[in-house]
Amino acid sequence: MTSLTLAKALNEGMRKAMEDDPKVLIMGEDVGKLGGVFRVTDGLQKDFGEQRVIDTPLAESGIIGTAIGLALRGYRPVCEIQFDGFVFPAADQIITQLAKMPLRSLGKLRLPVVVRIPCGGGIGAVEHHSESPEAYFTHTAGLRVVACSNPVDGYTMIQQAIRSDDPVVFFEPKRRYWEKAEVDTAASAADWTPFDQARVVRQGSDVTLLAYGPMVKTCLEAATAAEDDGRSVEVVDLRSLNPLDVDRVVESVSRTGRCIVVHEAPIYNGFGAEIAARVTERCFYSLEAPVLRVGGPSTPYPPSRLEDHYLPDLDRVLEAVDRVFAF
Amino acid sequence: MLTPEGERVEHPDYDIDLTPEEIRGLYRDLVLVRRVDLEAVALQRQGELGLWASLLGQEAAQIGSGRALAATDMVFPTYREHGVAWCRGVDPVNLLGMFRGVNHGGWDPAEHNFHLYTIVIGSQTLHAVGYAMGVQRDGAENATLVYFGDGATSQGDVNESFIWASVFNAPVVFFCQNNQWAISEPLEKQTRIPLYRRASGFGFPGIRVDGNDVLACLAVTRKALADVRSGQGPTLIEAFTYRMGAHTTSDDPTRYRVASELEAWKLKDPIERVRAYMFKNQLADQDFFDAIDAEADELGKDVRKRCLALPDPEPLAIFDHVYAEPHRLMEEERAEFAAYLEGFEG
Repeated sequence: MTSLTLAKALNEGMRKAMEDDPKVLIMGEDVGKLGGVFRVTDGLQKDFGEQRVIDTPLAESGIIGTAIGLALRGYRPVCEIQFDGFVFPAADQIITQLAKMPLRSLGKLRLPVVVRIPCGGGIGAVEHHSESPEAYFTHTAGLRVVACSNPVDGYTMIQQAIRSDDPVVFFEPKRRYWEKAEVDTAASAADWTPFDQARVVRQGSDVTLLAYGPMVKTCLEAATAAEDDGRSVEVVDLRSLNPLDVDRVVESVSRTGRCIVVHEAPIYNGFGAEIAARVTERCFYSLEAPVLRVGGPSTPYPPSRLEDHYLPDLDRVLEAVDRVFAF
Repeated sequence: MLTPEGERVEHPDYDIDLTPEEIRGLYRDLVLVRRVDLEAVALQRQGELGLWASLLGQEAAQIGSGRALAATDMVFPTYREHGVAWCRGVDPVNLLGMFRGVNHGGWDPAEHNFHLYTIVIGSQTLHAVGYAMGVQRDGAENATLVYFGDGATSQGDVNESFIWASVFNAPVVFFCQNNQWAISEPLEKQTRIPLYRRASGFGFPGIRVDGNDVLACLAVTRKALADVRSGQGPTLIEAFTYRMGAHTTSDDPTRYRVASELEAWKLKDPIERVRAYMFKNQLADQDFFDAIDAEADELGKDVRKRCLALPDPEPLAIFDHVYAEPHRLMEEERAEFAAYLEGFEG
């Protein structure tokens, strides 16, 4: 067991992937000497060289477009998009090429490209540095979309994403980068939870909180607080957003009868809408109340002095728990 | 190197010495790809294809550059490179699949070292540069050749690909077929300077070649590919040519360009000048030309026959190949759709 921050766990995961497979490359802006603006790639260029850890020109479409070309030549590029709000110049290459080229080729081409995106708010940043763009990508067939919430998943899921023959959009909750946990880096990969599976991270019997990325910790804190009110709250870390592990979600909600989805992204047309629809279809006769959603207002992300009001927090989650019980 | 009248002109930097056999081969290529193109236009007019993007007028640019390639070189085409596809050994019928709507791309890129057609303008230039960076990392000596048009030069991706190729010294040749028209927009809507001169701003050589001269296109592309293989970095080739047909079969060029322009370019036809040169220099006799024409007609008939025989995919093929690895949503929706379809049976 090693105590690692999420940032370091991701770093160790990439290091392991690069050691295991010489075709794995890291590419992005400032990922080399600087180690990335969040230091997630720290030390990798020093140890693996500039041919494998590539400081790219400052153009996101170029990063993804050339990663596709490298993948066509047999490489497994791991691309860093510096901040969530900077992914949109690359949206065409991701949505139109990366996601669709394998189908276009009738399965002859595979694009094992990972697009790492530090996401979400809570760090007091300027505009475009705090967004949660996951729904744009979960809506795009051909992509796998996952979100890690803790160092253990950071270490394992990044390696699973790199090994996948499908393109993976990999969300990292930037405000959790510095939080630590014990990671068993010696555990066999065969024992890791598959990266397309959800995981119950706290068991409960009265209500299910569904979250991913930065909101998992918030929900765990809310569950602890709710205990004082005599409410037994289950928390499920979805981990994979496309595909969604619907069966595990349904199993939990069928037991608890109540469901609240929590994400930072705006509620309107957010990923929670998809979950609410599926849970309603599958758990209709088990539900004691409608599926509730807790998320950001359906506005652009506000200036950082307002972000504490914008982001779902303990109180917002508990208020939703009250509402779902009051129904 | 070959004037519109079929006169051979020497060029000090781009000498090329072809045998009569090779000249006859180029002529055959030019005629056959034009014939396939003509057949495809006819198939579209008869409702057998949903769309076709004709290469009419651009045969020399495509055959000249396409025949400059080694088998191990990699090509990234637009959706109009039917002539290059021919050079790479792609069955012309496989080009029709996407235009008939039976698939989005019907050949194995690895088998031919010819990537799938890319429809969004300019995206493939980045794929080509990335591929070339992979070649570089492999320590291999293959070149990568990427095609795009004059309109594409306004795209961000194309400019980004120039930057990437330049700073990484990627072994890639950019082949711009400047056919003067991006659907209805003439070249002056894209640029104030000749396109080949853009290269200097990115730090690599650019050259303009008569895109209707198959020998010149062959010579210039050969040189650029050789430079790439010896590590001298990218070149931008601007093949100055003309789209003699419509942008696609859905387009109507009479709305935006004058007939006299087309008439002027007809005099520079890429095939006629080779024919004239061969006649004058007795590189072929009438029997040869007749035989090529007969072969072209046979090819046209064969393409038509096999196009009509292309089977429609099964409905459940919608779910095939979306992901390389098992994906539960695909499996779930496929099962639901299969059950729905079964409801209509019996």
